[in-house]
Amino acid sequence: MGNRCAVIGVGQTHYTTKRRDVSIAGLVREAAARALEDAGLAWKDIDAVVIGKAPDLFEGVMMPEAYLADALGAAGKPMMRVHTAGSVGGSTALVGASLVQGGVHDRVLVVAFEKQSESNATWALSTHLPFSASLVVGAGGYFAPHIREYMRRSGAPEHIGTLVAVKDRLNALKNPYAHLRIPGISRQMVESTPMLWEPIRYLETCPSSDGACAMVLSSEKAVTGTPAWVLGTAMRSEPIFRAGRDTVNPQGGKDCAADVYRQAGITDPRREIDVAEVYVPFSWYEPMWLENLGFAAEGEGWKLTESGATALDGDIPWNASGGVLSSNPIGASGLIRFAEAALQVRGMAGEHQVDGARRALGHAYGGGAQFFAMWMVGSDKP
Amino acid sequence: MRDVAVVAFAQTRHSATDEGLGESELILPVLDEVRDASGLRTFGFTCSGSCDYLAGAPFSFVSALDALGAWPPISESHVEMDAAWALYEAWVRLQHGDVDTALVYGFGKSSQGDLREIMTLQLDPYYLAPLGLDQVSYAALQASARGADRAELDEIVRRSRAAGRDNPCALDLPDPEGDGYEVQPLRPYDVAPMTDGAAAVVLAAGDLARELCERPAWITGIAHRIEPHYLGMRDLARSASAAEAARAAGVGKGHVDVAELHAQFSHEEVILREALELPASTAVNPSGGPLAANPVMATGLIRIGEAARRITDGTASRAVGHAASGPCLQHNLVTVMEA
Repeated sequence: MGNRCAVIGVGQTHYTTKRRDVSIAGLVREAAARALEDAGLAWKDIDAVVIGKAPDLFEGVMMPEAYLADALGAAGKPMMRVHTAGSVGGSTALVGASLVQGGVHDRVLVVAFEKQSESNATWALSTHLPFSASLVVGAGGYFAPHIREYMRRSGAPEHIGTLVAVKDRLNALKNPYAHLRIPGISRQMVESTPMLWEPIRYLETCPSSDGACAMVLSSEKAVTGTPAWVLGTAMRSEPIFRAGRDTVNPQGGKDCAADVYRQAGITDPRREIDVAEVYVPFSWYEPMWLENLGFAAEGEGWKLTESGATALDGDIPWNASGGVLSSNPIGASGLIRFAEAALQVRGMAGEHQVDGARRALGHAYGGGAQFFAMWMVGSDKP
Repeated sequence: MRDVAVVAFAQTRHSATDEGLGESELILPVLDEVRDASGLRTFGFTCSGSCDYLAGAPFSFVSALDALGAWPPISESHVEMDAAWALYEAWVRLQHGDVDTALVYGFGKSSQGDLREIMTLQLDPYYLAPLGLDQVSYAALQASARGADRAELDEIVRRSRAAGRDNPCALDLPDPEGDGYEVQPLRPYDVAPMTDGAAAVVLAAGDLARELCERPAWITGIAHRIEPHYLGMRDLARSASAAEAARAAGVGKGHVDVAELHAQFSHEEVILREALELPASTAVNPSGGPLAANPVMATGLIRIGEAARRITDGTASRAVGHAASGPCLQHNLVTVMEA
């Protein structure tokens, strides 16, 4: 793991369908400036910038770090651009943390964004490489069969997805940055929305958001303010076309979690982790990832969801911020999970704070459920 | 910092036309080659560089994992940059001390589109891209700002193409001739050729590097810097970011026997030589450089690999590999390697 690393600043934009008032540069700068303000630092205090986003086709700007260097105060500094599909926000945090853990820099600004209103992500995702035909439209088209297979294997009742959709939107009402804030959200409301990709209904999927998130990461000697200490970091990837790969409960996710728990000294995630921010873009991914991340035995994840254990007042709150189901600037969605985990252990999550949270998990996944990025953060120095 | 070295390097026999290979077919042979050369089958960390816009589809790096045979799942990351930055990320990861080996690769098939137009999409989408300024045109702006001597540029191209003809991986291009301009003051031969290709490097730390390679190319300095994007905010006649990266990497701490520079236009070599303060005794781009083969997204990594190869084969004791990104050398990475 190398040298100690801490999150000392978090900044987010309000997530919304269209940010017409800012350019892409204005959007990322807004998040970065808020992270610096949180850390009590200025642009000059930053040694390096790491930026991440999902495919460049989403905004039609190729390798946008070149254009965004100015807005992020990177001129004269090292700047890197990360792209690991949907997990990219998480990977961006990990690449930034790596620079501190490797002893290369003391303060690194990590930023991730998506301005989905610049294009149409569903169709940008439905363009395929020459000679590789695809029969699906958008991410939902890809993941719905995996969800159906989960339901078949586990025997989960059909309303579980609805429960997650309601719970995360209830949490979003407590998060001023959340995109979908739906007063009176209820099971009936979710069940009345159109079926998009069986069994995923409209309100069981994530929104298309504009937004950016940023963090200031610091070495031990450069800490300012309230740190969230990085207790463990891991990435895992597996091939999309490998025959026999389990796309419902991917090995990469299990291995990634095992690695990060080992580093953080976690042996029983359900009991030892106080809050988790997990990448759940479709409601059913909560029970699926509960199993993949070791919070429940295989086939049992939906029971945890049904029991209310993952609600804000449950014993293991998942996505207290409202999660990806409530805000989804795609490239930033992973970084938001990592940042929300940090906010929780810093005691700075506001109305959606989990009382006494000391250890939190941040998680992101991407591609065909084949790229994973995770970290554990804590209030106590490791 | 922890001692890390390049212990293996491989590249495709680059081609000037689409040979019908997919990206994963391009990289598989070079991955096999560095595995054989290093004797390693698994790596502590893997990182790659590529660009979706070359394929015109999202996630062009995803299928590379199939070529890699990433099973059991691997610790892996990707930069949407030249793979030289993937090497940088891997070098940083090796500094943590818990893993000792890294695999780095990059690939690009620019034959699938019009690179000159595609690169326009890298510009500020609000103020610059709509002007339609293409890659060769903005390079020509820089060449004009530099005011490079025509005879000097011709000699750079002549030397690069001759070296390329001696390099089995580079393209066979004739000596430069003709008076026409591509975009004044650049002639067609001042522009790197369209190329498909891939490359891979293996990094190893400490004693393991010595075990895997008779003469590892030790990375004694590696640094990169970016400059403002807007061309009007920079002195295009020089490269401040290349100079600063070179200082941070310690280029001037000893004699540089060989420098492989990521110059996609002949005048960029002039600017980079000056920024890196390379003496006339330094052999520049003995591989032919990008003017003899330019598989975009692998070209920068190949510079590091070619420089490292001069160390491992004993023909140099100190070498520099340079990579660039962004319009008009906006972003520069410098690696110093020693025997």
